[in-house]
Amino acid sequence: MRQQWVGRPLPRFEDEALLRGAGRYLDDLDPAPNACHAAVLRSQLAHARIAKLDPSAALELPGVVGVLTGADVAELSRPFPAGVDCPIPYRAAAVDVARYAGEPLAVVVARDRYVAEDALELVEVDYEPLEPVLDPLTAAATERLLASDRSFRYGDPESALASAHLVVRERFAFPRWSGTPLECYGVVADWDEATGSLTAWANFQGPFTLHSVAAAALGLPGSKLRLITPPDSGGSFGIKSTVYAYVVLMGLASRKLGVPVRWIEDRLEHLAGSSGATARITDVEAGFSADGELLALRYDVVEDVGAYVRAPEPATLYRMHGSLSGAYRVRHVAARNRVVTTNRCPTGLNRGFGGPQLYFALERTMAIAARRLSLDPAELARRNLIRADEQPYRTPSGGLYDSGDYAACLDDALRLARYEERVAERDRARSEGRLVGIGVACIVEPSISNMGYITLARTPEQRAGELPKSGNAEGASVQVSPLGGITVRVATAGQGQGHATVCAQIVADQLGVGPADVEVITEMDTSTSAWTVSSGSYSSRFSGVSAGAVLRAAERVAAKARRIAAHLLECDPDDVELAGGRAVVTGSADGISLRRVAGVAHWNPEALPPGLEPGLQATAFHAAPNLDPPDADDRIASSAAHGFVADVAVVEVERETGRVLVLDYVSVHDAGRLLNPLLAAGQVRGSFAHGAGVALLERTVYDADGNLLTGSFMDYLCLTAPELPPLTTGHRQSPSPFTPLGAKGLGEGTTMSVPAAIGNAVADALGRDDIELPLTAPRVWELLA
Amino acid sequence: MIPIEITVNGRRYRETVPARLLLSDFIRHTLGLTGTHVGCEHGVCGCCTIILDGTSIRSCLFLAVQADGSELRTVEGLAGGGELTALQRAFRERHALQCGFCTPGILMAAVDFLGRHPEPSREQVVGLLSGHLCRCTGYEPIVEAILDAAGER
Repeated sequence: MRQQWVGRPLPRFEDEALLRGAGRYLDDLDPAPNACHAAVLRSQLAHARIAKLDPSAALELPGVVGVLTGADVAELSRPFPAGVDCPIPYRAAAVDVARYAGEPLAVVVARDRYVAEDALELVEVDYEPLEPVLDPLTAAATERLLASDRSFRYGDPESALASAHLVVRERFAFPRWSGTPLECYGVVADWDEATGSLTAWANFQGPFTLHSVAAAALGLPGSKLRLITPPDSGGSFGIKSTVYAYVVLMGLASRKLGVPVRWIEDRLEHLAGSSGATARITDVEAGFSADGELLALRYDVVEDVGAYVRAPEPATLYRMHGSLSGAYRVRHVAARNRVVTTNRCPTGLNRGFGGPQLYFALERTMAIAARRLSLDPAELARRNLIRADEQPYRTPSGGLYDSGDYAACLDDALRLARYEERVAERDRARSEGRLVGIGVACIVEPSISNMGYITLARTPEQRAGELPKSGNAEGASVQVSPLGGITVRVATAGQGQGHATVCAQIVADQLGVGPADVEVITEMDTSTSAWTVSSGSYSSRFSGVSAGAVLRAAERVAAKARRIAAHLLECDPDDVELAGGRAVVTGSADGISLRRVAGVAHWNPEALPPGLEPGLQATAFHAAPNLDPPDADDRIASSAAHGFVADVAVVEVERETGRVLVLDYVSVHDAGRLLNPLLAAGQVRGSFAHGAGVALLERTVYDADGNLLTGSFMDYLCLTAPELPPLTTGHRQSPSPFTPLGAKGLGEGTTMSVPAAIGNAVADALGRDDIELPLTAPRVWELLA
Repeated sequence: MIPIEITVNGRRYRETVPARLLLSDFIRHTLGLTGTHVGCEHGVCGCCTIILDGTSIRSCLFLAVQADGSELRTVEGLAGGGELTALQRAFRERHALQCGFCTPGILMAAVDFLGRHPEPSREQVVGLLSGHLCRCTGYEPIVEAILDAAGER
């Protein structure tokens, strides 16, 4: 009988090494012997002309090898390409003008890091201050700072709004924040003058499109930028997608100075100069019928991407494009999307990636509408949710939802939250003068991004003259060695999600072995791994597409093993089953070990079936279906799979302090088939913690001059264990018809839903709608005063 | 350069170090014990927590020379070459680590803590964790793992 490992809550194989302190993170490696150490000189001002940058005193310091300046960067590289034509080119270091506090101005390279940092102090910089722009709306009105302005219209939103019984018009602001992985960026760069190529080890999260972006900046064909990621990475949550800019910066330093260069970012640099989520201002107009049907939605979005449009931006704005209508049946939708630059650190991927921003606006709108219509918010949601029998469902903006019974999930959440009792308790507490509130959020969680959605930032006319982009693919290899050992190689460059364990489960099922018999190599090397432009870890794509590539490779190896075994056992390959480490003839005791099958493939190819090639390995690529380029009407299936999340939050606000206490939080997910429920629970809980962070505490703050005020972990406050709200979760499993194992991504959903649900609960508690995230005690207290 | 003598996980090291060398850098780069991680270098995140003469400390806030003559324990010393300890096993069973970067610091803090509080309450464990950042797990599995380990002692 074959074992089924996929679907089991298997503890992780990764943990043995990590718990012993034997992980291999970037700074644990010494891949380029005799590497020198870099320290980065950063702008102290948000906007300034660099009148003078004189490194001569630094170069005199014993131990200093050399300096790379912005002028060198301009000479040795090209600006990074991005999804829109930006008037302000982005390079790995500032050339002449610095545009955010923390922007690299120069790199000092020395024999050790301590000396490199000493030398930074000796570089003379004269700044001529320029006026910074911090307000996104000011930027939107400034031609040079408005990087993109596109309008979209699906159906007839004007007529629908005109005929609506109620139109809600509100402005919502979503703050800038960061998932702040605990391991900072790290790069070791080794330029080879003989071949004109760069090898870089970096805790990046894939090759992704950004390998191509980095290669373009370096002026290298992709084959001459060898990018290697270590087996372990200390978290990312999207933030490490920007390491590529430092791969280029350190690569140029190595090239100029003729030594391998090692740079380990410190926390202060990370908070000032790495990345973060976009800050977004959304004006919403939403029309409702008297009985609560959502008739039309209109968004006017100003997206602040910081000082430069840095690839993959403005992707944050378009990742959710197919889901502008959220979980609802509304058919008339319009959006104006403006991308602006301000004098802050550029933005990039961050857990939720556009989802928290969209759903805070949409779900707050739903809660406001419910109150104005005198409807219970859960009831309003239920009246508008896409129905199970409408799946797969095409949204007005082109999204293709795959499966799920949204109303049933909502009912599960209401039941788990004891919703009706909670409402009665809330009303009782209110009559006693307490500030108790309940919030609901219903969101669709997209996963597996369409590589073509970013081209929506360009007009259909512009796109017509360019090569289309679409799809989302991944590669993987499975091989069986001459002694029967099984090795899987993936290019996902995970950051703690447990990819090795799940890959082992998948391959074990296909080859009829135990998962402990499968070695999974998670080091990614663009010179030797099977990868493609979408390879990596982002947009919750592992369980849907990366796992699919592993499955396809394993299926091919299994098919070949069965064919070899059938030849040796003199039976039909269809009658051979792989189980218990053996190839057996179904229904009989006849069989041989998988080791023996592999042995024949390697040691004795003359015994193979005629025409079968020797060896036992396969490399497979899998692409998610339905991900076409945007059409001429700007419709796009922006993601391949869509989970659903229904949340209920119950809060009490302390009148004396403004402190928000989350009394209860329920989150019910339908993420399709769960490949490993233990790991799925971890993803949901971690995603919840990030969502609760931005709802309650976390925010990147700049002052009016563009100085960063949250430049250390004393100031950028992450939630710790005592502040984390209680969480109850539930799951439904409606398999996705669009992924090979029926799985959907689930690592970002609660980061998308929690700010909305807690925001709705606090607004309900306070009886007012002008709440702003994060809902810190001082800010809520001001609303109470 | 200053000569120092430090015992780490029962092994004695004699090294000569610059006065300003951080203890965390000494452990990681001079001794090559890279299980101790560095996440902030200002004493907040807790990744670099080790045990110095029986008390958990932030090794990024110490200089190597301050540890002269001391006995240190780092994550590598918990199981040594043998089986994982009950605490480490509990972390694995509870899925109390994802990226694993904060884990060594939390393990060392928990070892110190469980030595002082053999039968801790949940609140005490949550209080211990208030000094550590974990961005992956949402903390709850870590609380459960430490309580499990306490129950096994």
